[in-house]
Amino acid sequence: MEYEVVIGLETHVQLKTRTKMFCGCGTAFGATPNTHVCPVCLGYPGALPTLNGQAIRLTVMAGLMLGCDIAERSRFDRKNYFYPDSAKNYQITQNGAPLCLGGHVDLPGGRRIRLNHIHLEEDVGKLTHRPGCSGVDFNRGGLPLMEIVSEPDLRSPDEAIAYLTALREMMVYAGVSDCNLEEGNMRSDVNVSLRPKGQEAYGVKVEIKNMNTFSGIHAALEYEIARQTQALGQGRAIVQETRRWDPDLGETFTMRTKENAEDYRYFPEPDLPPVILTQAQIDAWANDLPEAPAARRERMMRDYGIPEYDAGVLSADRALADFFEAAAKRSGNGKLTSNWVMAEVLALTAREGTHVKDSALTPEALGDLLRLLDAKTINGPTAKALLPELFARGGDPAAIVKERGLAQVADAGAIEPLVEAALADNPKVVADYRAGKQAALGFLVGQVMKRSKGKASPQLVQQLLRDKLA
Amino acid sequence: MAGFDIDRVALLARLRLTEEERARFGGQLETIVAYVDRIAGLELDGLDATLHGHDAGAPLRADEPVPGLPLEAVLGNAPARIDDEIRMPRVVE
Amino acid sequence: MDDIKTLTLAGALEGLRAKRFSSVELTRALLDAMLPSQRDIHAFVTIDAEGALAQAAEADRRRAAGEDAPLLGAPIAMKDNMGVAGQPCTASSRILEGYVSPYDATVAARLRAAGAVFLGRTNMDEFALGSTTQTSGFGPTENPVARGCIPGGSSGGSAAAVGGGLALAALGTDTGGSIRQPASHCGIVGVKPTYGLVSRYGIVACASSLDQVGPMTKTVEDAALLMDAISGHDPMDATSLAVPPTRLARLWGEPLADRPLAGMTLGLPKEYFGDGLDPEVRALTEAAARRAEALGAALREVSLPHSDYGIPTYYICMTAELSANLARFDGVRYGARVPAEDVLGQYLETRARGLGAEAKRRILLGTFVLSSGYYDAYYNRAQKVRTLIRRDFEAAYAACDLLLAPVTPEPAWPLGVYQDDPIRNYLSDVLTVGANLAGCCALSLPSGRTAAGKPVGLQLLGPGLGEPALFRAARALELR
Repeated sequence: MEYEVVIGLETHVQLKTRTKMFCGCGTAFGATPNTHVCPVCLGYPGALPTLNGQAIRLTVMAGLMLGCDIAERSRFDRKNYFYPDSAKNYQITQNGAPLCLGGHVDLPGGRRIRLNHIHLEEDVGKLTHRPGCSGVDFNRGGLPLMEIVSEPDLRSPDEAIAYLTALREMMVYAGVSDCNLEEGNMRSDVNVSLRPKGQEAYGVKVEIKNMNTFSGIHAALEYEIARQTQALGQGRAIVQETRRWDPDLGETFTMRTKENAEDYRYFPEPDLPPVILTQAQIDAWANDLPEAPAARRERMMRDYGIPEYDAGVLSADRALADFFEAAAKRSGNGKLTSNWVMAEVLALTAREGTHVKDSALTPEALGDLLRLLDAKTINGPTAKALLPELFARGGDPAAIVKERGLAQVADAGAIEPLVEAALADNPKVVADYRAGKQAALGFLVGQVMKRSKGKASPQLVQQLLRDKLA
Repeated sequence: MAGFDIDRVALLARLRLTEEERARFGGQLETIVAYVDRIAGLELDGLDATLHGHDAGAPLRADEPVPGLPLEAVLGNAPARIDDEIRMPRVVE
Repeated sequence: MDDIKTLTLAGALEGLRAKRFSSVELTRALLDAMLPSQRDIHAFVTIDAEGALAQAAEADRRRAAGEDAPLLGAPIAMKDNMGVAGQPCTASSRILEGYVSPYDATVAARLRAAGAVFLGRTNMDEFALGSTTQTSGFGPTENPVARGCIPGGSSGGSAAAVGGGLALAALGTDTGGSIRQPASHCGIVGVKPTYGLVSRYGIVACASSLDQVGPMTKTVEDAALLMDAISGHDPMDATSLAVPPTRLARLWGEPLADRPLAGMTLGLPKEYFGDGLDPEVRALTEAAARRAEALGAALREVSLPHSDYGIPTYYICMTAELSANLARFDGVRYGARVPAEDVLGQYLETRARGLGAEAKRRILLGTFVLSSGYYDAYYNRAQKVRTLIRRDFEAAYAACDLLLAPVTPEPAWPLGVYQDDPIRNYLSDVLTVGANLAGCCALSLPSGRTAAGKPVGLQLLGPGLGEPALFRAARALELR
C-alpha cells in the first residue's frame, strides 16, 4: 500500500524583546544562572504577571506578515502541570482565545500551508543534569514565545524544512525574532501521521517534541515516516503518543502515550484581564511592517533588472537588501551594483566574518565607486583594489581617486609607448602568442597595466596589443 | 457523586494523602460536590462567563528592563543549591 | 500616654503630630500589650519588636527634623500573607517556614512611603482558607472581645489585634468575607474595597479574581486614612484599575450634618434576611436600618435572586483558582522542602507535610472542578452563574445607592465546634461572598452586641468604586 505523509508543525519562536513576557527581567542569552530573575519569573508568593506590550506588538506584526486575523480581544490561560523548570507549576499561555487566527505560509514552489493560529506564552527554565542531581536555572523562564501552529498541510520532510525556512526568513526579516537556532530561538514540535493515498481521514498521529535544528527535524521525520510505514506494512497499529528524538542515536523514543497524557486543566488566567486591541492600534503596528521578502524579491527584480537568483539572495537578508537598494539608487546601475554586492561585498564579509552593515562601507560609498566605474573614470581593477579599503576604513571614493590620481588613462597616444616597451621586453611571450597561445595576451596586458601603474583602460590595452601583434 | 476519583485528583495536585485523610476528605468532598451541584439546574444558555474581577482590559507594559533579585537572595531562599543553580533530585525525562 | 486600648489611628497621628508621645513610646506600649497576649489571644505569627522599635525611632528622628507624612510613626499590623521586604511571610502555612520576602508588597511599600511602622504579622487561616483562624499552621487565634469564641477569619489575627487593643489598625485580605466577617466578630470596622482599587502585588494569592486588601480599624475614619494610603493604580498588578488613590479621609474635614443620609436610598436585600438569620443579629441589623432612616435615608426592599447560588459558585471559582495558586508551593525555590529520592516524591512529601487539612481539601476540590470531564459541569457553569450574581447586584444598584445587610448569619461561635464540618464553615460566608463575586465594595462596622456580649457587625455594600458613598453612610451609622 502506498501512504501519504501528513505533517503539522507547532513552532515556538522567541520574540526579540528586551524584557520577559510577564516581568521586567532582561533576556540576554548566556548569563550566569539565576541572575535574570525576579519574584515574578521565580513564582514567589504574591508576585503577579504584567503584559509586555512589545511582545504583543511583535506577535501582531508576525500575524499580519502571515495573513492572520488579529483578535481584537484575546486572553491568557493557565496550563497546570508540575515540573521543576516551571516556577509556578502552571504556564501562562493562550489556549482558548489566541492573539492571531488563521494565516498561511507560501512555500517557494507555490504551495500554500495554512496556519491554525499563533498564540503567546512564556518559556520555562533550564534543567541541567549532573551526577546524582539536577540543577535549575530560571534565566530562560518567562521569555516570550510565540507558538505558530500549522494545519496538517505538509506532505514531506523537505516541505517541512521549506516551511520552517520561509517562516524563519519572514520572522528575522520583520525583526520579530533573531531565530537563532543554537540559542534555541526557534523550536518545533512535529506531528506526523500516514494515511493510504487517496484517503481523506487522517491516520493516527505521533508527536515528536522540542527540536531546534532543521537537520534534526528532517532526520526525525525521515526516521518516523520509515518507522510508521514499516509498522503499517506489517499490519501493526500506530499508537497515538509523544516521542522524543535522540539525535545521537538517530531514533525516536516513546515519552508518553495518550492514556498517560497530562490533564492540564486549562482555565482563564485571573491575574491577566483580556488583551483588548483597537483596529487603530493594529493599523499602526501594520504600518511598522517591512515589505515581505517574497514581495521584495519580485519588486527588486522589476525595479533593478536583476536576476531572480540575485534578488532571492539579497531579499533574504533585510539589512543586505536595504544596503543594496541604497547603493543601487546611488550608482544608478542596479545590475552592476547587484554583481558587486553578490561577488565582491559578500566575499569580503565572508572573509572578515562580519555583516556589511557592521563594516565601514556605506551604501553611498559603494554607489559612488560604481558610478566612477560605470562612467569609466576608473577601471575595474582600481575599483576592486579600493573596495577593501572602503570596507575597512570608509572614505569618499571620488576624493580618493582624485587625491591619488587613480583615474584611468584611455588615451591611445599615452598608452602606445607602454605597449611598445612591453612587446620589446618580452620577445618569447610575443612568439608564444603568434604560435597560437592565446593566454600569452593576458600576460602582456598585465605588463602594460603594471607600466601604467594600473590606470590604463584594460580594454584599450587589449585592443592596442591585438593591433600590434596582428 | 459519580466520578470523584480522589486518587487521580490527589496525584494531579501532587498531594500524598494518608489512608485516614483519603477516607475523610473523600467523604467530605463528596458532600461538598453534591452541595455545589445545585448550580446544575440553572438555565445558563447564552450567558457570558465572568472570568475576572472587573471588565477592564489588561494594560500593556513598556519593554524596559528593571533590576531583578540578586543571585544570593535567590539561592538564599532556595532549600538546596548546586553552584549557581537550585538543586533538585535528578530529573529523569 | 493615652489609653492604648481605645487609641485610634487618627488619635495616634494627632498625638504624634502634637508631640504628646513619640512613635517609640507608642510602639513600646503596643508591644507591651501584644507580647503577653500571645499566650491566649495569639493574634500574631511574628513579632519583630526590635525591628518595629528601630522603624519607630527612625520615624521620630524624621519628625524631629521637621518632616511629616500621612502615617509617620503610626504602627500598623500586617496580615501574614503580605510581603514586607526582609520579613518572613508564611500566610500561616508551615510550607512557607523559612521564607523571607525579598520584596515589599505594593501596599507595604505605600505604607512605608507614608511613614508607617510595621508592628507585626498577624495570624490567619492558612492561605486565607477559612473563617475561624483555627486552620493556621501556627496555632489558632482567640476572640479577645467574645472570649472563648472564634475571632472569625481568615483575617482573624488582624481583627483580634485591633479589637483587643493590641494594634491601632491592621490590613487584612478579603476573598469571600475574610475582612468583614472577623471585623464583625471582633467589633471593629473592616473594608473590602472594589476589586482592582487596591493592588494585590505581593499578597500571597488565594483566589486571584476575588482577593482584595483592605483596612481593619477601630473607626470608619481610620479605615479612610488607610484606604487613602494604599489604594490607586499599581503598574505591577494587571488587574489594578486605572484610578488615583481615594480621598476618603477628607470627609472628616466637615462636621456631620443633621440628616447626613438625606437623599440616599438604602436597599435591604430580602434574601439576606432569611430564616437562617440569628434573631439577635436580625434585631441589631433592623435597628441600624431604622437609624439610617432617622438620619435621612430612604429604605427599600430589593432582591438578589441568585443569592442561594453564591456559596456553590464561590467555592467552585475560588478553589479552582486556589488549586493553581498554591501549586507553586513545592519546596523547589523557597520555603520548606521534605527531601525525597525523586522529584515526584519531593513534591508529594513536601506538600503532604507542609499543607494543612483545609488547604488540601480545597486544592482537591479545585483540581476536581477543573479536571477533564468535569470542567464544563463545574468551573464553566460557575463562571456563568457568577455573571447572574453580578447582574443581581447591578440591578439592585439601579434601584438604590447602597445595600444594608448583616455580615454573618450568627455571632462568633465557640472555639472547637464545627472543626471538621466544612459545609457548616462555608455557610458562614453566605452574606459576604456576593460582593467578591460581583467585584463591588463592602464594609462591616459594629452594630451592637448580643445579650451575651458578642459583637455584631452591620454590612454596607456599594457598587464598583462606590467607596465615597459607602464611607459617607458608614460614618453616619457608626456608633459613638
